[in-house]
Amino acid sequence: MNNSYLSLRDNAKKNEVILLAHGSGGKLSHDLVKKKLLPFLANPALNKLDDSAVFEASGRLAFTTDSYVVNPIFFPGGDIGKLAVCGTVNDLAMSGAKPMYLSLSIIAEEGLPMGELEQIIQSIKRAAEEAEVQIITGDTKVVNQGQTDKLFVNTAGIGLIPPGIDISGANAKAGDKVILSGTIGDHGIAIMSQREGLKFSVPVESDCAPLNKLVAQMLVASPRIHCLRDPTRGGLATTLNEFARQSHVGIVIEENKIPVKDGVRAACELLGLDPIYVANEGKLVAIVEPDDADKILAPMKQNGYGRDAAIIGEVISEHPGRVIMKTKLGSSRIVDMLSGELLPRIC
Amino acid sequence: MKFIDEYQNSELAKGLVKRIAKQSTKTIKLMEFCGGHTHAIMRYGIRQLVPKTVEMRSGPGCPVCVTATADLDKAIALTHLPEVIITTFGDMMRVPGSYSSLQQAKAEGADVRIVYSVMDAIEIAEANPEKSVIFIGIGFETTAPTIAASILKAEQKKIENFYVLSLHKLTPPVMKTLLDSGEVKLDGIICPGHVSVIIGSHPYEFIPKNYGVACVISGFEPLDILLCLDKLVRQIENGQPRVEIAYPRGVKPEGNRKALQLMEEVFEIGEANWRGIGQVPQSGLKIRSKYEHFDADKAFSVTLKPAREPKGCRCGDVVRGAATPLECKLFRKVCSPERPIGPCMVSSEGACAAYYQYHG
Repeated sequence: MNNSYLSLRDNAKKNEVILLAHGSGGKLSHDLVKKKLLPFLANPALNKLDDSAVFEASGRLAFTTDSYVVNPIFFPGGDIGKLAVCGTVNDLAMSGAKPMYLSLSIIAEEGLPMGELEQIIQSIKRAAEEAEVQIITGDTKVVNQGQTDKLFVNTAGIGLIPPGIDISGANAKAGDKVILSGTIGDHGIAIMSQREGLKFSVPVESDCAPLNKLVAQMLVASPRIHCLRDPTRGGLATTLNEFARQSHVGIVIEENKIPVKDGVRAACELLGLDPIYVANEGKLVAIVEPDDADKILAPMKQNGYGRDAAIIGEVISEHPGRVIMKTKLGSSRIVDMLSGELLPRIC
Repeated sequence: MKFIDEYQNSELAKGLVKRIAKQSTKTIKLMEFCGGHTHAIMRYGIRQLVPKTVEMRSGPGCPVCVTATADLDKAIALTHLPEVIITTFGDMMRVPGSYSSLQQAKAEGADVRIVYSVMDAIEIAEANPEKSVIFIGIGFETTAPTIAASILKAEQKKIENFYVLSLHKLTPPVMKTLLDSGEVKLDGIICPGHVSVIIGSHPYEFIPKNYGVACVISGFEPLDILLCLDKLVRQIENGQPRVEIAYPRGVKPEGNRKALQLMEEVFEIGEANWRGIGQVPQSGLKIRSKYEHFDADKAFSVTLKPAREPKGCRCGDVVRGAATPLECKLFRKVCSPERPIGPCMVSSEGACAAYYQYHG
């Protein structure tokens, strides 16, 4: 074997791409699962490769699913794999559940570089390890070029809700405090800065993170958290409006108390966006009894994902269904749900 | 954050609010020309902070909103030509034309692409030499210099498949038209900040001189706007209207010479069709004959059916300041950002969108 042969072989490996046959169910499909997926995601239930994963469970279960089509699939602070694990873990955690098992379904575009898929799988492994969840069942499909945009991922998740927990968007009561776990808009701005045709660089990374341990610590501090939600698409404003409408209460927040990173503020100024409408992937909003607020805030600030947590407002009985913001100037205005699309301004 | 926090300082704002309240005795009507100002005024709740004696109206300063339906129809018709790629700013996509929209044309298979800068349109032209790439050029003096620069760049790089449909409009001439009509009796104008960065303050001098209307150029941060209101109220109370700059960090009296030279090189002044106002002489920018090979109007011909306005839509009245969005019967009932009937609800700078979002 001479050097030129070796470099040829390395090149072929480097240039390896996903083929339609990788999703055909035949030998290449089998190899893909055995060589690229199992070594990273192995656990007893998955290793069996039976038609369905079988596990024991008892108690109140939470079940959720989400599809991820983010573009680009790699972005500052994460990638579609990390997002797919954290998103589903967080949806479970927001019901107060301890996430246990995930499914992972991948739809890849023919021609996707194998190296990119491997990076995504490794990222899924790291995120699952951090969140202490197991991926116990999955599926891979390959579609013709142009039928998907590189890679779509779906995850579903099952979690166990400890006894005594009752969290719902309909539980907010007048007098409750509103807690936000940290800076807003990081994910949306990180993604937008990468979009084709929008060439600016901001020192902002996506906040994409699993929040289940943060939620567990909050529930230890007080098991009677009323509402919990992660403000993803539509941002903080949309989540608060959902709470106000579901619970038939008003919510007042103070603009000055909402933490926003300088990079996000700068990008929002430039693009004409309001950070309260920009997406997050590692933040939560909690509505809690007034007496519990400080008790819950303390452990949050100890957790890396809640370092900048703050009480940003309270629930009132007036203006049911409405969110009102006291602006920096001392005026008040209604904060509505996001309407239309977030588009940068043109002049 | 430097250069932002200073202009959002609540203590300074309170001081200005007090000063405005103290000196305001007459009931006055002001127009903020620019849609960016309408948006900032609503976002920061500024109308609540100023005394009831100060009434504010939105003006025609939203490029998407003032684009005439007939011009929009032309842009949509261009999408149906063979081998063309239409490039446009995002807001234009959703504005309903007489019979369709750019968004609908795209859904039906036309190649319509959103760009964030005209330079992206040039790149698309370079990447697709077999296609004609047409940029829908809307906007005021703010955007016109970059469009001019793009045409010069295309000339220099010998790009032969790049075209601009120039629908650019000029600010002072339409102010004159509004004042001449006397439809809305104005005491003062909050003059546009970004436009004035380019044209300076001199082009507004005729307004206090000939019409006795106060003019103050404002930035877009809340303190900028409060400072502008403070100056306007003082001028009007003292009966001494003039042109003042309340945005000195951005605007020089003489404007930006380089940008003005770019515009002068590429464009000549002509008539323009404004939604709600009609043909306004000397208020548009046409591509000079020297550069006519980039002029989509000259290069392509399309036949258009007569334009028709959506029934009940009062966008035309709203851009003239003759009606507020709340006076339109469709507002919030039929017309919303999800299902916009007129452009003022589509554009992020449109008055209806601002009133909708912030419950004005």
